[in-house]
Amino acid sequence: MGVRADMSDELLDVEGVPAVGESGNWFLRVLRESRQAQIGLAVLLLFVILAFLAPWIEPYDVHTRVGPIYAPPSIHHPFGLDDGGIDMLSLLIQGGRISMIVGFAATLVAMVIGGGIGLVAGYFGGWADGVLMRITDYFIVIPDLPLAIIVAAVWGASLTHLIFVIALLLWTTTARIVRAQVKSVRERVYVKRSRSLGASDLRIIFRHVLPQIGPLLMANTVLTVAVAIFDETALAFLGLGDPTSITWGNIIEFAFLRTAISSGAWWAVIPAGLCVALMIMACFWLGQAIEDALNPRLKVAYVSPRVFRLLPPMTQGPR
Amino acid sequence: MTLLEVRDLHVWFDLSGSRQLHAVQGVSLDVDAGERVGLVGESGCGKSTTILAILGLLPSSASVAGEVRLEGASILSPEEEVARPHRWRDIAMVFQGAMNALNPVKTVEAQIVEPMELHGTAEGAAARKRAGELLEMVGIAPSAGARFPHEFSGGMRQRAALAMALACDPKVLLADEPTTALDVMVQAQILELLERLARDLGLSLILVTHDLPVVAQVCERAAVMYAGEIVEEGAMERLFHSPRHPYTRMLFAATPDLYGDEDVLSIPGSPPRLDRGIVGCPFRSRCDRAFDRCERERPVLRWVEGGGSAACHLNDLPAGASAGST
Amino acid sequence: MSGVVATGALSPSAGETRAPLLDVRDLVVTYPVRRGIVGALRREPRRAVHAVDGVSFSLRRGEMLALVGESGCGKTSTAQAILRMIDPVSGRIAVDGLDITRLSHRELRRTRRAVQMIYQDPYESLDPRFRVRQAVEEPMLIHGLGGDRRERHRRIMEALARVELTPPAMYLDRFPHELSGGQRQRIAIAAGLVLDPALLVADEPVSMLDVSVRAGVLRLLDGLRRAGDLGVVMITHDLSTAARFADRIAVMYLGRIVEEGRATEVVRDPRHPYTQALLSVVPKRDPRDRATPQILGGEPPNPIDVPRGCRFHPRCPAVQDRCRSIDPELRSATSIEHRAACVLVEPWMESARPRGER
Repeated sequence: MGVRADMSDELLDVEGVPAVGESGNWFLRVLRESRQAQIGLAVLLLFVILAFLAPWIEPYDVHTRVGPIYAPPSIHHPFGLDDGGIDMLSLLIQGGRISMIVGFAATLVAMVIGGGIGLVAGYFGGWADGVLMRITDYFIVIPDLPLAIIVAAVWGASLTHLIFVIALLLWTTTARIVRAQVKSVRERVYVKRSRSLGASDLRIIFRHVLPQIGPLLMANTVLTVAVAIFDETALAFLGLGDPTSITWGNIIEFAFLRTAISSGAWWAVIPAGLCVALMIMACFWLGQAIEDALNPRLKVAYVSPRVFRLLPPMTQGPR
Repeated sequence: MTLLEVRDLHVWFDLSGSRQLHAVQGVSLDVDAGERVGLVGESGCGKSTTILAILGLLPSSASVAGEVRLEGASILSPEEEVARPHRWRDIAMVFQGAMNALNPVKTVEAQIVEPMELHGTAEGAAARKRAGELLEMVGIAPSAGARFPHEFSGGMRQRAALAMALACDPKVLLADEPTTALDVMVQAQILELLERLARDLGLSLILVTHDLPVVAQVCERAAVMYAGEIVEEGAMERLFHSPRHPYTRMLFAATPDLYGDEDVLSIPGSPPRLDRGIVGCPFRSRCDRAFDRCERERPVLRWVEGGGSAACHLNDLPAGASAGST
Repeated sequence: MSGVVATGALSPSAGETRAPLLDVRDLVVTYPVRRGIVGALRREPRRAVHAVDGVSFSLRRGEMLALVGESGCGKTSTAQAILRMIDPVSGRIAVDGLDITRLSHRELRRTRRAVQMIYQDPYESLDPRFRVRQAVEEPMLIHGLGGDRRERHRRIMEALARVELTPPAMYLDRFPHELSGGQRQRIAIAAGLVLDPALLVADEPVSMLDVSVRAGVLRLLDGLRRAGDLGVVMITHDLSTAARFADRIAVMYLGRIVEEGRATEVVRDPRHPYTQALLSVVPKRDPRDRATPQILGGEPPNPIDVPRGCRFHPRCPAVQDRCRSIDPELRSATSIEHRAACVLVEPWMESARPRGER
């Protein structure tokens, strides 16, 4: 009951500016308005493009020795050479490709599993919700690392297995987020209206629920990619990755195994680590910017300790 | 004696893309001791922003100009040392939806004691005793103070919010839509309580609401706001029986009366955007008596017959003249 | 164009004496209150929320009935039961003569076209991602109506015109956030009208709108029911709105109708103490109109613990001893239509007859 006469009407609905997520091109709006999102997306795209063009742009073949072991950076080799005399830059580019493939693929699998479970649990509730959530809880509770070790040990090390192991670690967060969102959307008046009109569950899920949780899912996906890449690096570093492939994690691992540190060959370790860090940061910035935009009230505090500006007298106004 | 003076208050809010929303456009208001004044308007007119400005509770995206004086002393300032001593001790507020904003993990009594201790008017056992007295004043048994807000009904929570506002014995009480979400009977109880408290405690009351009949019942005087400014102000009786601004007249006509026979009006169109400058009268696109002067010139508040003021060019026309003759 | 109801299987006997559009008999809706483990162990009695406790009324085509009451009185639950959004425990709901109380959800599909609900919150009742065109089209898609795109487009334009959004073409591609509250509510009504319903249930249709636009929407509803032979059940807490726009008013308290009749009669000559008190506390526009309000103490009680005897007696200013044990029925008060459930009501039939004829 009562008219919505609160300040948010005066602040946000000036020209009927929509809350982010409530119209088609919300992503473009987030990009336009957030420097953080712009940088994050730019870095992300840069890495993706480089990875895509890897076979064409890597200066040297990654299997051919081109110089002495652990040669320091020079004009021909800006990142030096590794323990096998192979150009580090080429390794980084190639490694980035595989790392990102693993990261994105694992995220996709996690999204599909987690999203599916979250959707079913959130929408249908009841015993399906109970069962699915107990399963989810079970997976949350199992410690990540021992699980990864055991699966890798039992299953063997290969990229595909790596992808699935990482997905196994990631899907639970998605499941819980999706479930919470779906539950809340399900209670919205327009969904109830559709149901009372007799719309089928499938129709409601595809036309009302999924579009509404789309933006949040997107933010969650981006953030999950960051974690997936980190997990890949960590698992590779621990020797659980595929030793035959070249990933950033493997690069670091080999460097450690092959005494790069004691040789003083920092270029064999740090650039790869930096790449991982940059990629993760880019994902975080983009994902967080989307999340913040979806929840504008996080940014504006109405009655807050931060105070207003008082203009000196005899002014017409700040303009 | 004028207790609270608001002079030419302006509030701008920053919007994305370096635009600004001119939410309050030159509001002036006087409130005497013991007076009950209504601030009436529909959503977006700036009434809530106005009283938040009086208390100095605007966010950092706000720019403010103008003056607010309490008993002669200027209290409008971002400096906490200027504004804070008056908050709650001189001016207190019951916020919109206050009954839903009570702290769920503190007892009601603790929440009434809190402002007393924060503002140094009482503490410990003395504060708790006063909390009990306040609860009784608002019609709640003092022993209920040990309960938590979720154990109270909506009406009781609103009373508790009222008790919190009165904790430091203020001179002025600002109430923002105090009965909006309440049932008719509970609303009647709260309004009667407000009236009684105002009288018994000698409080000045500014009642902000969109509900004209509520203001008609509780307040002696009211200011009608539209598009960020006061368009008419005066005694409730004059506003109802001879309004001097078309918006006031149409607003009354849009409010159904239980027993009346006249048609209930609606006002076509919608309020102007406040992120752009307004040329001419802000109400002209919806007014049934607008004429050419209304397009060019923005009316200012002027004294009108019968007391009070109104901002409308029609009042400048000699009696009997039609709007066509300019 | 008469609704689906008249031509479909819902109206088996289109005879002279037409069944009322909506007929509700002894409707009972209860929600169980969960006891929890502790309660079960302690063998506490199972409790229930008696949201609707025996409500009966009927509505003819072209009529507007206002269900008035405070929170907890059961008006919203009654509306939801009519739409079968919740299932009644007992009683009978008939739409155009067809008993829909116990139909399965598949069988209900046809009724769902005939009965449409308009919700209170115009900001929430439209999917923010749907353009106006899609919002109004959706009901047709759900029910497989409206043939091809062109036919559906025509119906959409027609519905928009009916709710006075002209020119309709200007609104088709807008999103809800680009529209005002009043416009959104009209869209919601258009989406309801596109299926040609016979009955509209409006739950507080204007309480979240600005005062200046309320009359427009109410007058729209009023016009629709007169022109389209629709029936409207309007739920509201605002007695003034009910008095000015509805034909009949039914005042509800704790799950029962305590007074009903023509709107003007109920408002000018209320016979139940609750109605009298309620009317007296409605704030008036005229500051000089200062009749003494009868403010009842306490709050509307919980429908979990319904008082014995007359359910209003704990708060009734005219309470008598017998009220603690008698649960009064609705009795005709000032005319056969104007009924109130109070022991103080002298039955109309008796008092109308001259003394000698008894």
